Amino acid sequence: MSTRPSIGEPRGRKPKRFLSPASIMIYGILIVAAIYYLVPLYVMIMTSIKGMPEIRLGNIFSPPVEVTFQPWVTAWNSACTGLSCEGIKVGFFNSMKILIPSVIISIIVASVNGYALSNWRFKGSEFFFTALIFGAFIPYQVMLYPLVIITRELGIFGTLTGVIVIHTIFGMPILTLLFRNYFVSLPPELFKAARVDGAGFWRIFLQIMLPMSVPIFVVAVILQVTGIWNDFLFGVIFAGTKNFPMTVQLNNIVNSTQGVKEYNVNMAATILTGAVPLLVYFFSGKYFVRGIAAGAVKG
Amino acid sequence: MPNKRPFAPLRNFNAKVAAVPMIATVLVVFVGCTLWTVVYSFTSSRSLPVLDFVGFDQYERLFRTTRWNVALKNLAIYGVLSLVFSLVIGFILAALMDQKIRFENTFRTIFLYPHALSFIVTGLAWQWILAPTFGIQKVVRDLGFETFEFSLLTNSRYTIYAIVIAGLWQGTGLVMALMLAGLRTVDDEIWKAARVDGIPAWKTYVFIIIPMMRPVFVTTLVIIAAAIVKIYDLVVAMTNGGPGIASEVPAKYVYDLMFSRGNLGQGLAASTIMLTTVLIILVPWALMEFRPTNRKGGAK
Repeated sequence: MSTRPSIGEPRGRKPKRFLSPASIMIYGILIVAAIYYLVPLYVMIMTSIKGMPEIRLGNIFSPPVEVTFQPWVTAWNSACTGLSCEGIKVGFFNSMKILIPSVIISIIVASVNGYALSNWRFKGSEFFFTALIFGAFIPYQVMLYPLVIITRELGIFGTLTGVIVIHTIFGMPILTLLFRNYFVSLPPELFKAARVDGAGFWRIFLQIMLPMSVPIFVVAVILQVTGIWNDFLFGVIFAGTKNFPMTVQLNNIVNSTQGVKEYNVNMAATILTGAVPLLVYFFSGKYFVRGIAAGAVKG
Repeated sequence: MPNKRPFAPLRNFNAKVAAVPMIATVLVVFVGCTLWTVVYSFTSSRSLPVLDFVGFDQYERLFRTTRWNVALKNLAIYGVLSLVFSLVIGFILAALMDQKIRFENTFRTIFLYPHALSFIVTGLAWQWILAPTFGIQKVVRDLGFETFEFSLLTNSRYTIYAIVIAGLWQGTGLVMALMLAGLRTVDDEIWKAARVDGIPAWKTYVFIIIPMMRPVFVTTLVIIAAAIVKIYDLVVAMTNGGPGIASEVPAKYVYDLMFSRGNLGQGLAASTIMLTTVLIILVPWALMEFRPTNRKGGAK
């Protein structure tokens, strides 16, 4: 490498002056992109706080002349799905009833499984793990009908239990991968020392692994909360009409063909449905990124 | 031979118990249900499954159905455009974010937030923005361009492109995050060496960095491709396959035939084609990735 004195400023990826042409271009493109990503959210919020006359006359990008929160109240309490007019709140509580047990059960099953696969391998365990990961790529449509038959035979088709079981099954590949990779990355001496001290499978899991795994459990919870909340397909098939989750209800409200379309109510309902995963996302930041990146990490 | 260890199947018993849900899922759901679907796709099943084999009849009928062929064509358009644009845009955004910029976290938060939203929410938001009588078309016309035409949702030839736009909005943030993670693993020494040799930044990206990031690209590609084949909710929310059958996609076709039209044989044949498509993507990747000589890849 040459040792001649540098001429002028170093080129390439170095912190630049804030207003150099290159950085103007970089920030320009990033800001334009940011606007593209933000516009739909902005339009949704603006539409949801305008009255219907203003929506018909005005422009979707203009801020409201007169702010009203009535559409939000209507969306929550009395929007019609074509079957009933009890608002999106029904879907919200159904989603909660599906979400909480599904998240807890799927994470318990997958964490114990990932622990067994990392520290207690047995003959065939790696084979089943590989098969599990490949299974994640099978389109759901291929397995839907037989699953309907199985859940019907078990008497859980069209019930909360049914949809919870389905979420546990389809959450398993990604969660198991997440936990297994995490447990493998822990120092093996810990495990060995516990074994020497005579601790067994469950004791090592509960007393040594669990306390060290809080971050990965946070990642798993975020992944599952957003994933299950956003689910539509499993909810519409397995949950049963009276347990339809919020996404299904929202679609029924907005795309129902009856009655006059109230766009402001529709947008308020849409934001309300997106609010739970959005709040999780804004408050979790890095953990969310870790969760989605986990999908790209090979075991 | 005296053996103090327990009988083989009982050895490591707890771990086997812990793995029961996984083994059951693999055997019953992934293998069992998939085989069931493939087998019954060769039968004459209509509203109920019957084991009356008719060879490839269902498939021949399927590929004579206009609606299915439209669905396949739409999937191809959606797939190619989403793959290309999400990889290109995702990589460019990631490369720009990697220039030691200020407000990196703010930009990242903005680019990625749509990924937290469901396809239903995404579809309904874009349905509103693209609605011809209220959305972008009207806004531009109100500005004085009265013949301005941007009616993707009502013009059946372009509806699938509206779905591409919404899909990209939801998905490029993920690609950006994966690419950025990949770029961060590139050794700083490489950048220094390129700079010493006077190679311009864009050339360094094209000829050095991108080839180095091949595993990241391949993994991202497989993830997006597998997600593309599953595209369903977005179409249901945005157009419900319309106008007419203009924006049908295979996953929706399968659902409709199985659950609302009671034509099981056709639905099962269509879903088997979906499975085949995924296998065509997955098998070469798996062979390449799990080749013994290959070093461990993937984004961190």
